Amino acid sequence: MSVALLRRGAVYAFLSVAAFLSVFPFYWMAVGSTNQSPDIVRGKLGVGENLLVNFQHLMTQVDLPRVFGNSFLIAVISTFLTLAVSSFAGYGFEMFRSRIRERIFQLLLLLLSIPFAALMVPLFVMISRAQLNNTFTAVVLPGIASIFIVFYFRQATKAFPRELRDAARVDGLKEWQIFLFVYLPTMRSTYAAATIIVFMNAWNNYLWPLIVLQTPENKTITLVISTLTAAYTPDYGVILLATVLATAPTLVIFFVLQRQFVQGMLGAVK
Amino acid sequence: MAQTRLDRSEQINGWAFVMPALVLLGIFMIYPIIWSLWMSFQVGRGANFSFGGLANIQRLANDALLIKALTNTCIFFFIQVPIMIVLALLFAVALNDPTLKFRGLFRTALFLPCVTSLIAYSSLFKSMFSADGIINQALLTLHVIGTPIPWLSDPFWARVVIITAITWRWTGYNMIFYLAALQNVDKSIYEVARIDGVPAWARFTRITIPMLKPVILFTTILSTIGTLQLFDEVNNITQGGPGNATLTLSMYIYNLTFRMMPSFGYSATVSWVIVLIVAVLSFVQFMIARDRRRAT
Repeated sequence: MSVALLRRGAVYAFLSVAAFLSVFPFYWMAVGSTNQSPDIVRGKLGVGENLLVNFQHLMTQVDLPRVFGNSFLIAVISTFLTLAVSSFAGYGFEMFRSRIRERIFQLLLLLLSIPFAALMVPLFVMISRAQLNNTFTAVVLPGIASIFIVFYFRQATKAFPRELRDAARVDGLKEWQIFLFVYLPTMRSTYAAATIIVFMNAWNNYLWPLIVLQTPENKTITLVISTLTAAYTPDYGVILLATVLATAPTLVIFFVLQRQFVQGMLGAVK
Repeated sequence: MAQTRLDRSEQINGWAFVMPALVLLGIFMIYPIIWSLWMSFQVGRGANFSFGGLANIQRLANDALLIKALTNTCIFFFIQVPIMIVLALLFAVALNDPTLKFRGLFRTALFLPCVTSLIAYSSLFKSMFSADGIINQALLTLHVIGTPIPWLSDPFWARVVIITAITWRWTGYNMIFYLAALQNVDKSIYEVARIDGVPAWARFTRITIPMLKPVILFTTILSTIGTLQLFDEVNNITQGGPGNATLTLSMYIYNLTFRMMPSFGYSATVSWVIVLIVAVLSFVQFMIARDRRRAT
């Protein structure tokens, strides 16, 4: 009995330490955004009174509304287009089987493992030739057809009841109508989970925007944080405030839609 | 006759649904792949290049920086990925116990790092691990160390920071996959094992691990690709330094293309090295998983 109790205690201790280590940087970031840089360095862990000063400093260095607007615009457009194109394809691959498309799908799964680093040089040259450099179009376009999301929707579609489609066909609905009015509402939680994944990826994207966006007025929040951090004498208060602001939207999404997130993950693994 | 018309409409609809994605993938994935394959046989700088045969491949063999980047990537891969997967498995198994209190709280806490952007958390870790930063302060106060550790200016410690940072960010992500898979495992198997007196550790290695093998394989492949793509963290925490101790393959390609004199041909060749490594490693992992399954 006491061995079981001891084991139980060890599990709780292990999880508590891990949970503390996971959450501590968030606390440190939030508290740091209210403190002066020297205090942060010294390891002050209490809430300070420097939040507004940090905010003013950040505003003088960065056009904050613009930068957030850019990040938001890119993330929303990416999410909408990626979900449209990729869920279309996932549905198509699963509901209309043919030998050729099955082969193509297998080829896509192989391509899934090609790292972005291998594509970035040719993509950059393509974008430059198309004179799309420094545009949001260039940021968004290459990511719209996401093999991962296509795969994700195909897996989820396996659970879509075929009787619903057959019934809709008997009722005389066209295939696009079935997709739009039967499939889409039924698969809400799949869409919710995919939205979270794609939005967060787009919001957090760094390497490709770094390559494509050059002028300050087009920069996204991730690019700005990177620049602030690389400064010769970094102002930690300002950096941490910018990090808080950049992390806040994804945190909110996560807490509001946590259930969909986990459910969506389940769908992806099955 | 009616049957064939139905078939044709099935075909047309099937293509219509997948076509937008296929066209985009053709332009932004297949074409770049073919282009970079062709490019890797070109030499020259900037926009002027000519056919160079195997010159780029010869250059690979004598490229000290590439060897360095490869070594670093291997170090990150062989140390970080196993640590992360084992931790994630342990968390998942612990959290899968329905009698555990505060499960939701623990799960959320452990998953929380995944919602941060790679840049945001890199910036956090860079600040925390700076020479006069909070980690050194804490360790000094607790008398774990006598003098501050030069986290970011010493090659060894810089790698430790990168590995710590990545583990912090991705363990919860892997855990979610394992948790989801564990929920599909039939609980009665564990009951029977427990009644038969199989100890907890053996239940973990003999039941849980084999049951989760497909998911473990899946996450290992994801981590392989992730490690080979490692860029955001190193670029922001260490800039590849000190002395290229944390230079990764992706960073090297980026530097070749955008920081040094642009040499598209050679960077394309280096990127094919990554593709080959991913292919070989995925294949090896797949074979290992298959062999084990056959052996048991």
